[in-house]
Amino acid sequence: MDVVVFLTVKYLFKGIFSRFGKLTKLKKVVSDSIMSWANNLPEELTCRPTGLVILTGLDVTYNAVHKSIWDSFYNNRRLDRVPLQFQVVPGDHEYPKCRTNKRQSYEWYIPKGILKSGWMKKHLTQVPAVAVMFFDLDWDDAMWKEKQMECSTRVEIVRNSLQGRGTKVSVVLIQKNAPLPPGEDVVAAERAASLCSACELSAKHLYVLPQTDHLIGYTIRLENAFYELSQAYYHGEARKVKSHKDFLNKTTHQLLFVRHQFKIAFFNELKQDTHTAIKHYKQAYGHILELRMNDTNMLEVKTIAGFVNYKICRLSFQHNAPLDGIAQFRKHIDFFKGRIGVADLAFEHSAWMSKQFQVFGDLFDEAIKLGLTAIQTQHPGFYYQHSADYAIARKQLCRGSCKPLPVGASQAIVENIGSLDFYGQRPWRQGHQSIDPPDLQKERDGIAALQALELLEEHSWLIIPLLNSAVAQFKKYKSLRMKRFLMVQMGQEYFHARDYQRSIMLLSKVTWDYRVERWWPLLTSILMTSLKCAYLTGKVQDYVINCVELIGPYTTCSAEEKTRIQMNLLRVMSNDAPEAEPGLDAVCVEKARHLWTPGSEPCVFNVEMQNIVPCVECKARFTSAAVAADEEVTVEVYIRVRCPFPVRFSKVSLSLNNPMYNQYLEVIDGHGAASEGEGHEGNLYLVPGMPRRYTFSFLPVQEDVGNQLEITGVCVVLGSETARCGVMTWVGAGGDAVVPVQTCLSLLPKRQPSNHIDWNQIQLDAVTKIVSRPAQLDIGLKHQAPSLLNEFYLMQVTVTNREDVIISNVSLSVTVPEKDDYDRATHLSVDVAEFDGHVVARLAYMDLESLAPGESRSKSIFVKCLQTGIKLITFQVDYSIEVKASGHLIPCACSKVESVNLNTVSAFEVSVKIMNMKFETIEAIQAEEPFLLMPELKCIAPWAVNIQDSDLQLSKSVVKVDKSGSQLIGVSLEKNECAAECYCLSSLNSPLTSVSMGSYVLHWKSTHAMQYATFYWFPTC
Amino acid sequence: MAVCVAVIAKENYPLYIKASTADNELKFYYTVHSSLDVIEEKINSAGKNANDQRELYLGLLYPTEDYKVYGYVTNTKIKFVIVVESSNTTLRDTEIRSMFRKLHQGYVDMLCNPFYIPGESVSSKSFSETVISMMQQ
Repeated sequence: MDVVVFLTVKYLFKGIFSRFGKLTKLKKVVSDSIMSWANNLPEELTCRPTGLVILTGLDVTYNAVHKSIWDSFYNNRRLDRVPLQFQVVPGDHEYPKCRTNKRQSYEWYIPKGILKSGWMKKHLTQVPAVAVMFFDLDWDDAMWKEKQMECSTRVEIVRNSLQGRGTKVSVVLIQKNAPLPPGEDVVAAERAASLCSACELSAKHLYVLPQTDHLIGYTIRLENAFYELSQAYYHGEARKVKSHKDFLNKTTHQLLFVRHQFKIAFFNELKQDTHTAIKHYKQAYGHILELRMNDTNMLEVKTIAGFVNYKICRLSFQHNAPLDGIAQFRKHIDFFKGRIGVADLAFEHSAWMSKQFQVFGDLFDEAIKLGLTAIQTQHPGFYYQHSADYAIARKQLCRGSCKPLPVGASQAIVENIGSLDFYGQRPWRQGHQSIDPPDLQKERDGIAALQALELLEEHSWLIIPLLNSAVAQFKKYKSLRMKRFLMVQMGQEYFHARDYQRSIMLLSKVTWDYRVERWWPLLTSILMTSLKCAYLTGKVQDYVINCVELIGPYTTCSAEEKTRIQMNLLRVMSNDAPEAEPGLDAVCVEKARHLWTPGSEPCVFNVEMQNIVPCVECKARFTSAAVAADEEVTVEVYIRVRCPFPVRFSKVSLSLNNPMYNQYLEVIDGHGAASEGEGHEGNLYLVPGMPRRYTFSFLPVQEDVGNQLEITGVCVVLGSETARCGVMTWVGAGGDAVVPVQTCLSLLPKRQPSNHIDWNQIQLDAVTKIVSRPAQLDIGLKHQAPSLLNEFYLMQVTVTNREDVIISNVSLSVTVPEKDDYDRATHLSVDVAEFDGHVVARLAYMDLESLAPGESRSKSIFVKCLQTGIKLITFQVDYSIEVKASGHLIPCACSKVESVNLNTVSAFEVSVKIMNMKFETIEAIQAEEPFLLMPELKCIAPWAVNIQDSDLQLSKSVVKVDKSGSQLIGVSLEKNECAAECYCLSSLNSPLTSVSMGSYVLHWKSTHAMQYATFYWFPTC
Repeated sequence: MAVCVAVIAKENYPLYIKASTADNELKFYYTVHSSLDVIEEKINSAGKNANDQRELYLGLLYPTEDYKVYGYVTNTKIKFVIVVESSNTTLRDTEIRSMFRKLHQGYVDMLCNPFYIPGESVSSKSFSETVISMMQQ
């Protein structure tokens, strides 16, 4: 007896692999295609096999206790629970009958097929490994005898219904009382033993389940016990199958070798022994390859080979041996790739191949999600891609060989195709294993019926999801070009599926990259498809864009194609319907024709030329990098077409960053009447290969002086605004459709033929600067350098008008550009020499009024430099003038600047001697004792200096002894001449420290200057 | 032998591309174009140890069901791609290498022509003959 009372349970098997089963189930066949007979993997194959445990005796509808027990088994099964599947059935449930007459010998047995289609399902969901009988019975039940009888009867019923099977039968007693510790309950032990014998049950198969709140703990304990029982059951089943092996011979029982190995492997999977399982699957696969294959059984062989291969690959990934899986798959594909079977059903083979690749891709992808790493050259994307390739091949085979059934013929021959006894057989000759089909007429009818079924398949909707999966993978593994290729294929598939909108949308996403990489043949083929889509959907804009690109020089269409396309473009732009693209379905063309009947509404659309490689190119440029305010700005636009035939545009226009000029930048086709480049009308009839130039010029407005003008866009209009009108736009100044490759040769200067525009020599100049008009004015400066330190230095400024007309608002500004504020040592004043101690470094806008032509006006500027050295002084004259340009009087502001470097030097060197009354030089003076102070001057100015006055401004502690004044009044000094004077002074009660005596002030002027200057000097003693 | 031979410029646009049959030419173009993904990856990963003299032959780029695509990159980043049929088992690595050497030599000879501007499509007859000879063997 095994009484389950402990809650601490060890989980040996954690359900880590069970995710596998779930996910593959989710990703099952993309769409259950009609042709499931040849390529579908049944769900029972792709799910993860788990042992089946049947629970009986539970009344889950009316009994709450039973319901909670069932819930604890069935609901919320987490991954760490044992991998079992539970079913609740009534006690008298009928299980699939076991064959009663057990075969003793295979000698006369000829198998009808490899694997019965019901077998897996039967063992997964119908034949239990363990049948558990629940029964409400306490050890101390009053009616023990009767209950025991009832229990044994029920067990008997279950046993009988499972007769012949190895299913383990167990009994679980649901008890109200909590169990006593083992060994203490004597009654229990006794009654358990009697119950076991009554039910013919081993003590190990009797369990007790008390009704407690901790039900789940008991449940887990119980299911672990069931799990062990199930493993024993499946182990036994596998051995049973294995034991048949000795009876088989290689000639008649080839199919059984495969079947038996498959069954052993499957039982081992149910037992959760995947390593043994894969071993037997591999053996089964080996036997498959040895089978006699012919057209009649090829589908069956391939179907089973596909199943077994799937299992091997899946288990290999699960065992973390991806290389084994890949190698197995490679072997599988290489072996069966060429085994097409019946030629009329070749599409079946492609479908099967496609499926093989797809499921392997899915398995690979699952493994990656669980942690496997893939590389750029080995990842699921390749398998999805090949799957898609085979799906495309299938579609082509179907289109090529399949015919619908004649009217009146019925599909009856293949009606039961979904429910055959064996996998992969033909419905009209099930179980038949000879090489030749038994009934040739039936065979033909059957094939015709299958072909008719295949015709119903919407292949594109099988192909597109596969391509989509591949796109995602290639994107992930850094293969963007491959991704684009797949997107092109997707686009083409949408085209075949007649979803033209989506096709054109997808294709337009990738064309850019093919343009950038200059793979013209690929671009051309994509554009041709887009053009067809645009035609069939009646989209004028898309149609025109595709045409403009396709008739260009880079696409690889033939000349005739280009001609045809350009003629169509011409038709569209003249509000006509284009001719249909060749090779289109007649029904679709008929539909499209209605879309192209010209509407009354004008249709204006934009064509962004820099997004395509068009047949029209333009280059715009300013003729000079800077333009004066009174000059005309000249813009040139060069346009070149490179399509087979000439094109007439209706308008060419430019736009600048200042939109007010745009009115001047427009040329409208004059239908050949006007000569080019004149006014607003010009010849816009362009001959292929002959660039044409259009020149525009205009006067800049005053506000733009100092600003940049930039070409922001070029616009060439095709068609008329009243009907269909394509506005081709370039951002900026346009440029080459394809930037030429830079080679050393292209850098060399080329000979330029005259009277012919060499397109490649045209440089883009999208920017010009508007500068102010140069001033016609003289600024004369009259002065005699150098200036002397502290002197009011006169500079005579004379402004002379050199313009032809009167100038007004003339103003003069004088500035000493200071390096920084602290070094303000140059003072300016105008007209009068004055300085109040506050330095003025800028004289702004001194009005000089208007000046007639040739008239001059002067200003006197006094500069007082407080430091020696060189100073920069600038003189700026601003004025207004009205200029006549192209018949207009335009006001201009002009400005002229002159600057001068002024050198400042000292006028004197002064030294002072202190002497005693005996004219002896002394170092220090005595208090209240007279002494002599003798300043000595040396003139170092370049010209004579006249001394006006000199004085001592003494401090309080020093006084003059007498009243004597300056002794130097009126003295003139030439350069290098000296002068001296002498004062007698005396100090008052002197403190002991040194004192400042005061300052020596000298008033002087240079001989040619008008004003006095002062000179200070401060002796100390 | 080879079913498609391509010469691709440094900037990844085709200088020369020739398929043995005209009917599925476009498919080969796509195959060659897609192989640039792997070539770029290989060049970039090799660039990390710049001191090593890089092997010009890149080997098998990627297998498709029916074809094998091999790559070769010159020092000036001109790429050669050769596509052979998977069913052709006589072609081993050494044969492929010698094909590439021959192709490289032919390209160099073509480049020596002073009238050929590097970067323009190759239209040389003798180069074409070299390629065709590789397809016919």
